[in-house]
Amino acid sequence: MVFWRKKNNASEQEREEREDKIIHHPREPALEVSTENDSPSEKEPSFETEADILDDLESSPVPHHRPLEDAKEAEELSDHSEEGGWLSRLTKGLSKSTGRISSGIGDLLTKAKLDQDALDRLEEVLIEADLGPKTAAKVIEQFAQGRFGKDIDEQEIREALAETIAAILQPVARPLVIKKPENGPMVILVCGVNGAGKTTTIGKLAHSYKFGPENHIAPQSVMIAAGDTFRAAAVEQLEIWAKRTGSPLVKKDIGADAASVAFEASARARKEGTDILLIDTAGRLQNKANLMEELGKIVRVLKKQDESQPHEVLLVLDSTTGQNAFSQVEIFKEMVNVTGLIVTKLDGSAKGGVLVGLADQFGLPVYAIGVGEAVEDMQPFNAKEYARSLLGLGH
Amino acid sequence: MFESLSQKLGNVFGKLRGKGSLSENDVMAVSREIRVALLEADVALPVVKEFIESIKAKAIGQNVIKGINPGQQVIKIVHDALVEMLGSTTQDLRFGAPPSAYLMVGLQGSGKTTSTAKIAKLLSEKHAKKVLMASLDVYRPAAQEQLKQLGEQTGIATLSIIEGQKPLEITQRALETARKEGYDVVMLDTAGRLSIDTELMAEVSAIQKMAKPVETILVADAMTGQDAVNTAKAFDEQVGLTGIMLTRVDGDARGGAAMSMKAVTGKPIKLLGMGEKWSEIETFHPERIAGRILGMGDIVSLVERAAETVNTQDAMKMAEKFKKGQFDFNDLLAQMQQMQKMGGMGAMMKMLPGLSGMASQIEAAGLDDSILKRQEAIISSMTLHERENPDTLNASRKKRIAAGSGTSVQDVNKLYKQLQQMQTMMKRMKKMGAGKMMGMMKNMMGGKADELELMAKSMDPDGLGADMAGLGDMSSGLGPNPFAGKGNPFGGKADLASLLSKGKK
Ligand SMILES: Nc1nc2c(ncn2[C@@H]2O[C@H](COP(=O)(O)OP(=O)(O)OP(=O)(O)O)[C@@H](O)[C@H]2O)c(=O)[nH]1
Ligand SMILES: [Mg+2]
Repeated sequence: MVFWRKKNNASEQEREEREDKIIHHPREPALEVSTENDSPSEKEPSFETEADILDDLESSPVPHHRPLEDAKEAEELSDHSEEGGWLSRLTKGLSKSTGRISSGIGDLLTKAKLDQDALDRLEEVLIEADLGPKTAAKVIEQFAQGRFGKDIDEQEIREALAETIAAILQPVARPLVIKKPENGPMVILVCGVNGAGKTTTIGKLAHSYKFGPENHIAPQSVMIAAGDTFRAAAVEQLEIWAKRTGSPLVKKDIGADAASVAFEASARARKEGTDILLIDTAGRLQNKANLMEELGKIVRVLKKQDESQPHEVLLVLDSTTGQNAFSQVEIFKEMVNVTGLIVTKLDGSAKGGVLVGLADQFGLPVYAIGVGEAVEDMQPFNAKEYARSLLGLGH
Repeated sequence: MFESLSQKLGNVFGKLRGKGSLSENDVMAVSREIRVALLEADVALPVVKEFIESIKAKAIGQNVIKGINPGQQVIKIVHDALVEMLGSTTQDLRFGAPPSAYLMVGLQGSGKTTSTAKIAKLLSEKHAKKVLMASLDVYRPAAQEQLKQLGEQTGIATLSIIEGQKPLEITQRALETARKEGYDVVMLDTAGRLSIDTELMAEVSAIQKMAKPVETILVADAMTGQDAVNTAKAFDEQVGLTGIMLTRVDGDARGGAAMSMKAVTGKPIKLLGMGEKWSEIETFHPERIAGRILGMGDIVSLVERAAETVNTQDAMKMAEKFKKGQFDFNDLLAQMQQMQKMGGMGAMMKMLPGLSGMASQIEAAGLDDSILKRQEAIISSMTLHERENPDTLNASRKKRIAAGSGTSVQDVNKLYKQLQQMQTMMKRMKKMGAGKMMGMMKNMMGGKADELELMAKSMDPDGLGADMAGLGDMSSGLGPNPFAGKGNPFGGKADLASLLSKGKK
């Protein structure tokens, strides 16, 4: 089985049904229920067997991408001279929790053959990293192909599983490309649920664009807009980040219309020839229709300044979030056409494994990760290193 | 997004109807569905495993209750175990000799500051306590300012901010101020910290030792994933939690973290954050969270009510009549009364997630309980002969019935048409064979559990949109007929449609 991207010929529902079937282990008891009291006339079509399901999957259309292939290609093409450094922070954070992962995999050493037991345990490692039951099953399924029953040692298992995961993530490990339009600022709108790390991320982004070495870009002029006009002291908080990064701040009083703050900031940035405008927004839960509508309004108002605005819409995701991240991405994307993700708090014990499923389902780029609370604690997302860290491997 | 567990279990148990007791195989088959459901709800894996074992022990060998399908029965077992695990009694906040310190701890961005203000407001309003709030967050920009502003909004006193003071110094000052100025409670809002940050964890431990809080509350986001166990364990070990406050419960997360944290710490979930305003705080209801984790709302109490009100004998008799294509006004009346016994449509709607908001739309569509009452009155105005022989209803009889029931001939016609529709349905079903029909009968008359299953399909908390679409059908397509509508709890038309299409194949 391979990870497939959204296809027009396979409806969402079909896809979900299929996914649902493969989450069950072949080892699990068959769906044999008693029919002793059933009359012959109520025979229903029998349940599909695991084999049927797998057959089904084999015959599914060829995906646009074969992540494994993609990954290898990208690996060959990419420049490795700049790597290292950022990972130490991430690995430091992950190391605590990878202890358990390592020992879990360590147990596999005693078994020479990759058997179902070993796969089950690997799957559990992934589930505990927040991949979710369905994605974990898919990954393991993909991983097991061609390896099942083969002699394989611990190192190989880890390397191979990391490669499988990296392959899924590789297509989304893309940096945010800075491209200032001719006649105005590049506008970046930052949104997400409450407490995800939006404001801190804005501080980090401002820092990296102004002082740019990590992005290998020329220093840019940055302006910040205080679009969170709701939360207590949100403006004061952003004010401190603006000062820290030496960026001008456009703000209004608490309770003001967030869209009008964005509109004015956009106008001022154009007038002053600013390169990049970062717009903060209030945290909002994606199921609050009125608040989502308010976000939509910010976008509409920006388009009145310039149809191309906002050029990027970043969704900030907290890595401690579990499966709800799917709902977040789905709804924010629908409402304001999110162009990329930033995943925060990866310096903690949470591993943010939900990213794997998100990459598969939405394919949105992961522009950067947050690994601390200071301005410099933001790093590019590196699929390979992230996958290896997830499995307790060094780089 | 998530298929509801009841639907999944319904599939697994599709062939099980009428069996005597739950076998080990049956329970194994469902246990994997339960495993996936819990994991999708973000319950931590070790907790899931333990829970499944206890479910197996409880469920195997249980007798299947008549009138309820085994899937629903297992759900009830799961639900009850979940409620038990989450803590079936509400735990009140405690107070010691004043000033009682309340220590708020948690990860960054979990909602501590807002929750601090909410609890302070609750204590001052509901418990008439004099509360002082102090922010010990000297790390996040403007964190102290945030609490100060919340104090101004809620009218709760806050400790003055002194630039450059360290968290321990602030703690000391807060305790002193509270003592001197006669506060009952002093709330200490700490900075967010990672459980693996040894330095900051040591700091919060020192604060705890100094303040000797009567309540040490872990504030955790309802969206938290598998990491909830690590976080809860680490904080509990460092500061000895007395309770947990789950925030953003107003979101659409399934909230499995609640179960994980309760399981690893044994500490009660005391409060729920239900919104951004300081008034949006609630005491913990285990049923609510349990239903959410299982993705099925308060379906269980509905099942219970069904079990109470449905007389299996009656249901069988009714089914027999259906089989012969004899469905008269008496039967219709019985059905209506049963529905009313269960609390009427409004009560049923309210018990189910995603439908509670539909009450107004239901009224708009004329689908309220008054229709049931009116239709009941119409039938009551018929003679026994008329009830048993609907075909005898002619124009003059209809006029008499309308006058007698205080309705119009039009209303009587509608009801008559409704009965005819049902009879047609019966006749079609007859062709599909006895077995299926029995199942169908159960759907319509006895096995409320099956209808609940149907309802649950359109009622996943994650699928609000779908619910609304379903309502559209219900109100537009079929008129104000509570028995024949698609997506209607008692008509089972959706099920009928699927049965019919299967029958055609
Ligand atoms: N450890 C760690 N903490 C972070 C990271 N990013 C943000 N934080 C912290 O998370 C908390 C919330 O961050 P904010 O930037 O205020 O989050 P927000 O999304 O703007 O929050 P609201 O505006 O209240 O919705 C703060 O304490 C930040 O310091 C990160 O990458 N690592
Ligand atoms: Mg903010």
